[in-house]
Amino acid sequence: MSALQGKACIVGIGNTPYRRGTDGPVDTSLRIELEACEAAIADAGLRPSDIDGILPFYGLSIAEVLAVNLGVEDLKYQATSHVGGAGPGASLANAAMAVEAGLASHVLIPGGWYGFSGRRVRQIIVQDPHTMSGGMNARDFYFPFGLTAPVQWFSFVARWHMNEFGTKPEQLGAVAVAQRKHAQLNPNALMNGKPLSMQDYLASPMISDPYRLFDCSLEADGGAAFVVTSLERARDLPQKPVKLLGVAQGQPYPADDLVGREDVFQLGQTSAAPRAFEMAGITPQDVDFAEIYDPFTFQVIQQLEEMGFCKRGEGGPFVEGGRIELGGELPVNTHGGLLSEAHVLGMNHYIEAVRQLRGEAGERQVENAEIGIVTGFGDFGDGAIAVLGR
Amino acid sequence: MTREAADYHKPLPVMEGMTKEFYENCSRGELCFQRCSGCEKLRHVPTLRCARCGSWDWQWSASTGRGKLVTWTVVRRPMHPDFADDAPYAPAVIELDDGVRMVSWVVDCAADDLCAGMPVEVVFDHVTSEVTLPKFRRVTS
Repeated sequence: MSALQGKACIVGIGNTPYRRGTDGPVDTSLRIELEACEAAIADAGLRPSDIDGILPFYGLSIAEVLAVNLGVEDLKYQATSHVGGAGPGASLANAAMAVEAGLASHVLIPGGWYGFSGRRVRQIIVQDPHTMSGGMNARDFYFPFGLTAPVQWFSFVARWHMNEFGTKPEQLGAVAVAQRKHAQLNPNALMNGKPLSMQDYLASPMISDPYRLFDCSLEADGGAAFVVTSLERARDLPQKPVKLLGVAQGQPYPADDLVGREDVFQLGQTSAAPRAFEMAGITPQDVDFAEIYDPFTFQVIQQLEEMGFCKRGEGGPFVEGGRIELGGELPVNTHGGLLSEAHVLGMNHYIEAVRQLRGEAGERQVENAEIGIVTGFGDFGDGAIAVLGR
Repeated sequence: MTREAADYHKPLPVMEGMTKEFYENCSRGELCFQRCSGCEKLRHVPTLRCARCGSWDWQWSASTGRGKLVTWTVVRRPMHPDFADDAPYAPAVIELDDGVRMVSWVVDCAADDLCAGMPVEVVFDHVTSEVTLPKFRRVTS
């Protein structure tokens, strides 16, 4: 019995175009976040002044600045979870609690950045290494050894899995190829019009072995936002509500050291997913599609395993043979994901899940989609997961 | 091969607190980890308190410096400009015989020769007058 199951819902979504290149200043993310917020609030059939809760993404525009620019005069609730890409899921849990407890009525969850035109990861690691995953531990005990970027530390885990279970490059490639196929059906995907074959994947340059270029997500300029309210309030709003059936967060232990864990494959998702499925009263077999936070290909395989879609070690074979493609048993990242739509901090995964559950996904619509999951993945494996239903 | 900090341009640890002590031990030629005085557990990276038994008491304990390579990545395109001239290079995870794992760098071994379980031992690279990095080389005997 869960107090939150089916109590809150997403009633508005909005996103900017996803691009690599933009006009105007890119020194802060505020402009692109506001554009997404305006779109989400309008989609919900609300006015900006109706918003009374804002849950910003860690490190981006803070709540009071967003409130001032939107005209939110009575901000009743704000909170930010320091879990990187697991932030939107953590915020969705917070929003549901706030709505259910009566602390706020219409909660806005924004996120967006100039991840391509503004300050890029390769600049942050030089200028402010302590703000990266792992903080001062990474600065003092990883960086001096040339381990300075996510593509490098996450390829550690991919190789660990290859050594232990025999996972193959072609299986990482199957993730890249499937998501690229989906992007061909998505006009807002950066890789729309650029199909990818397994041969293309295998021929792409090695960045940090075993990660090739096409194992990596697409730094992009983009913003997205969504609005959460109670199921009761949603009855008066124009959109068909997408219900939050289950939600959970989790962290690996220790969270701040990727290599010191007793269980090296443990993720936040290892404990979070069972909690979310239990809250929703479902099993992985009930899931019609999965939007999985995908900074790199192997992290999709690893989350599938840790969430229980297959056993640990079987994720490589699981993603082969079209199983994760549209029309397959479990379509994954139907929009193209961070790999082929754009790296919009995983906010774009929520937008896509809502479109699927509204039946508005056009050519890439999952037939009879009733239950979808969205995962977030941050820092060294922090996790969040939401089970959404129509 | 001690160099002055001005000649060494790669990222260095910030020499404060337990980090400073860790690297100062390396400068003296000792790879040391924290050993909990309450439950004897070794730990790395440094923490104030033993998460297992709750003790705040600990002391530096010298490691044998021997272990094995468990995972690594071969960096072909460095993201950090200060490592541009090093590619390809291989940041690695070493599991010491004491049970502690740490991030380091395997020296004197071509990337293609790295393999899981390869025995390694610590060597000290005095990169500046203040900082010595513990790196590892293949044990061939």
